[in-house]
Amino acid sequence: MRNLVFPLIALVAAFLVGGVIVAVIGDDPIETYRLLIGSALSWPDGIGYTLFYATPFIFTGLAVAVGFRCGLLNIGAEGQLTIAAFATACAGISLANVSPWLAIPITCFVAVLSGAVWGMIPGVLKARFGSHEVINTIMMNFIAVGLASALTQTYFKAQGDAILETKPIAVAAHIPRLGQILPGLPARIPVNAAFFVALLVSVLVYVFLWRTKWGYEIRATGINPDAAAYGGISVRRQIVFAMTVSGGLAGMVAINEVLGYRYRYYHGFSAQYGFTGIAVALLGRNHPAGVLLAAVFFGALTRGSLFVDIFTEKVSKDLVFILQGLVILFVAAESLFRRQFERWRETERYKKHG
Amino acid sequence: MDDVLRISILFSAIRLSTPLLLAALGGLFSERSGVINIALEGLMLAGAFTSAVVTHYSASPWIGLAAGIVAGIFVALIHAIACIRFDADQVVTGTAINILMFGIPTLLSSVLFETAGSTPQIPQSNLIPNAPIVIAFALVPLVWYVLYRTPLGLRLRAAGENPEAADTAGANVAAIRYVAVLLSGALAAIGGAYLSIGQSSLFTRNMTAGRGYIALAALIFGKWRPVQTMFACLLFGFAEAASIQMQGVIPHVRVEYIQIIPYVLTMIVLAGFIGASRAPRALGRPYRK
Amino acid sequence: MLELRNITKRFGNVLANDRVNIAIKSGTIHAIVGENGAGKSTAMRIAYGFYRPDGGDILVAGEPREIHSPHDAIALGIGMVHQHFMLVDTMTVVENIILGAEPGSVASVDFRSAEKRIDALSKELRFPLDPRAMIESLSVGQQQRVELMKVLYRDARILILDEPTAVLTPQEVNDLFQTLRQMKEQGKTVIIITHKLDEVLALSDEVTVMRDGRVVGHRDTASTNAAELARLMVGRDVLLRVQKTAAKPGRAVLTTKNLSVTTRDGGRRVDGVSIEVRAGEIVGVAGVEGNGQTELIEALAGLVEHAEAAGEIRLDGQNVMPLSARHRKEMGVGHVPEDRHRRGLLLDSSLAENSILGVHYRQPAVARPGGVLLNKNGIRSRAQEVIQKFDVRPPDAELPARALSGGNQQKLIIGREFELPPTVLLVSQPTRGVDIGAIEFIHRKLVELRDAGCAVLLVSAELEEVTALADRLIVMYQGRIVGEVDPTRASKEEIGLLMTGGSR
Repeated sequence: MRNLVFPLIALVAAFLVGGVIVAVIGDDPIETYRLLIGSALSWPDGIGYTLFYATPFIFTGLAVAVGFRCGLLNIGAEGQLTIAAFATACAGISLANVSPWLAIPITCFVAVLSGAVWGMIPGVLKARFGSHEVINTIMMNFIAVGLASALTQTYFKAQGDAILETKPIAVAAHIPRLGQILPGLPARIPVNAAFFVALLVSVLVYVFLWRTKWGYEIRATGINPDAAAYGGISVRRQIVFAMTVSGGLAGMVAINEVLGYRYRYYHGFSAQYGFTGIAVALLGRNHPAGVLLAAVFFGALTRGSLFVDIFTEKVSKDLVFILQGLVILFVAAESLFRRQFERWRETERYKKHG
Repeated sequence: MDDVLRISILFSAIRLSTPLLLAALGGLFSERSGVINIALEGLMLAGAFTSAVVTHYSASPWIGLAAGIVAGIFVALIHAIACIRFDADQVVTGTAINILMFGIPTLLSSVLFETAGSTPQIPQSNLIPNAPIVIAFALVPLVWYVLYRTPLGLRLRAAGENPEAADTAGANVAAIRYVAVLLSGALAAIGGAYLSIGQSSLFTRNMTAGRGYIALAALIFGKWRPVQTMFACLLFGFAEAASIQMQGVIPHVRVEYIQIIPYVLTMIVLAGFIGASRAPRALGRPYRK
Repeated sequence: MLELRNITKRFGNVLANDRVNIAIKSGTIHAIVGENGAGKSTAMRIAYGFYRPDGGDILVAGEPREIHSPHDAIALGIGMVHQHFMLVDTMTVVENIILGAEPGSVASVDFRSAEKRIDALSKELRFPLDPRAMIESLSVGQQQRVELMKVLYRDARILILDEPTAVLTPQEVNDLFQTLRQMKEQGKTVIIITHKLDEVLALSDEVTVMRDGRVVGHRDTASTNAAELARLMVGRDVLLRVQKTAAKPGRAVLTTKNLSVTTRDGGRRVDGVSIEVRAGEIVGVAGVEGNGQTELIEALAGLVEHAEAAGEIRLDGQNVMPLSARHRKEMGVGHVPEDRHRRGLLLDSSLAENSILGVHYRQPAVARPGGVLLNKNGIRSRAQEVIQKFDVRPPDAELPARALSGGNQQKLIIGREFELPPTVLLVSQPTRGVDIGAIEFIHRKLVELRDAGCAVLLVSAELEEVTALADRLIVMYQGRIVGEVDPTRASKEEIGLLMTGGSR
């Protein structure tokens, strides 16, 4: 229970500060928040779009969470998902005359594999040379965008297309929108089967981390590398492993984006999904269940902020970034307050019992 | 024709490396004192936005620059308090600030000017295209001097390598780190200000486009030393200049390949292939007595 | 010159200094001796202003003084050279020395005058020191000189050195002693904290002995000897008696030949150790902490980097040096580490998860051999087994390890290792921070294990514990085995002497 209370406090605090900012700008915070939350929860559009926006956050949130569980800071989800999107599009383009039963699994596999490789590289650099994953992953972000851009323009762009995007992928590789499968949901809402994949993967990540020996080793390494080494675990191997898995998870964003929405690689498609993943992982306490909730929450924020942008005088959709940043700050601060609180409690206990 | 090209690339490189250099020198103070500063990106944005807005209203770029510096110091203060007083994870706090700065300038500009992130154009006469360049490069020997020839610099370096030793010797590690982080805010803000009221004439949404991270990379590439960092910034600036000049000129080699060379180089340096790149030993570790 | 009067200091519920009275005469070399945890470092750190005493006074040159920080101490002429150097490796000698006391102005450090002063000082003391050298390029002995220089640069009249010879070679020790004698000639007062009695006898004029936070004796060095000091240091009667029958040792299970561990800074922590542990016996390793015992155990467990360990370790005749920690565990080497928080436990994980650390990839943690999925029931039953057999309280497998007391945490670790079951058990400081009831229990379990045929190597800084439990007792000093005694016959003085570098 305690695990739920503190993030909630952080959320409330972030919203309070956000509300103050809104008031200072000159809009009504209550009205703004009503619009924000209301537009996110309406049926079918609100919820549909919320889940659609939430899907990439689930993947990047899981990616960052797995990294955190091993004591690693994966700031590179952005690059991992970019390279995965590009690779997936390339695969999708070249699978023109193939049955969907083959095309979809292959493209999904490419998404995971390319993200995994992109995550593995900084992992190896850290394990082998000790270079910090933060800078390396940031560099890999830039390299990914540059590579994808260059290769798209050289090989995969449609002739005469002014936009930096690849040719469309084969229809066989399209994955259906939820509106096409579920009755009652209009097909114009872009939430697609990738959402179900995200749900499934969340469960799998839970099982992986808490029910397999591999997950045990990753978590032990993150909790106490010295004790892990004592327990016969190779810390170096865990670092590479965790970064690889993390990258693969981030790469799955491509399933939603390329196979389920735009059907191509599109330069600049990611609205900071990778960085939001950090906020999602922190808010969700690096646990798949929390990540799911936090991702849906941020999805709702994204959806709501678009509405807020249109229907308020002054507040723009960037409110969502402000709220995100505040949430991270408060969650980071909260974990300290908790530590200080517990340290205080321990000293009190000592004083009493000696 | 080639000579003109070469010279213009050189000038271009100097201009493009200026914001990097300013931010990197700021980051140098912070990191040498032991505090990781990922927030350079956000600090630059804070400076860029504030100086553009204030210059617009005051018609004086110098007042705008001063305001930008104040903004940078203010944002850096958040980072400093979180990391030094509360032992927050320095990378997480820095990332939070960057995300915040992704939204705040745009929000404010939509309020003030009803735009999607841009400030109004500032007339040419109110820009300072050259002063920041001079400031940036003049700072290099100054930073070197402060770091290696003054008591503050000595204690700052000790705080970043072995804060316990500095503490035992009587240096106030926390105070030093505060000064260092605030200084990084000020310098990064100047770098951002150059972008909005020097190199161009307005602030646009997310105009730093990752330069804060590149400045950090240049700092690492430059092994946290002033002169080497300057060369690293020039290298990155040159890469950018070359890629701009080359657009369309050489059809076979894509611009992006040249752009990514500095990033790859940074990773190589970080792995220790080109000489040991050793970070200040206490970097990122909060100091509790 | 310097006097501590009734100094008392408490850390949490540990009384580190209990009405300590030490009087140090000016112009002498005064040694403060005691085992680890005797309180000597604490007392001197109080004198240096690192800690504030809970009670008592400090008098400098006869006047009571308030020393709130090292700054105050330095102003009074007190300087301290720490056991772990406070040096910045990437800065030069002169930079390190003047840090905090920089000559010149706020805008400019006057390096030249500093260098001149350092040159003069180093000539006076007859040891050469290049002010421009980088600390990381200096040997340990030279680094220590820099630390000394730091203190002298600030005109210290009273020098406190904390275990100064711990990391020095014999030649460097001689050089240091010469320097210290010179300082005495110059009228300075030197206080040296140590546990090495041979050095005390060679160097000091007076010696104060501390034990368990109290001063237990004060002598003129000339009128005492090693045996008397050792007796004062380690105390007399055994407080614990362990019920055990005579050992019936079988074949040699664990042997080492010329085992050495050299750390990256060149220090030889374990120096040519050859020992043998047989099935069904407990071999105790006595010694003051810091004499290589930690590194010995870690090398045997496989936790030392390959590059740093040399020599042979054989398990049932097979050379296990190239084998990983996991491999050795599979061969039956159990390990109860000396630092249970750092090495032995995942504090934020449940007892259940901790009970399978090291065996998490085998049954019963997994359902089938080589399986991937963890078997919740298997883990729970193993955890329950350990909790019950080893009386871990509270007996709730889902509690985080952090919630348990030290004694119960230790019982959990011991239980976990016992369940391997081990053919060799490496145990280090098994009852540190453990309450009396748990101590008895743990001792009993160790004897049981021995009787079941396990070979036990027990390292302990508690002399009573190791003499009570061990069938054979070896003593380590400065990385070497300096003697083997029969624990039932050897006297405390004899053992204490070996522990502190003396000879029988």
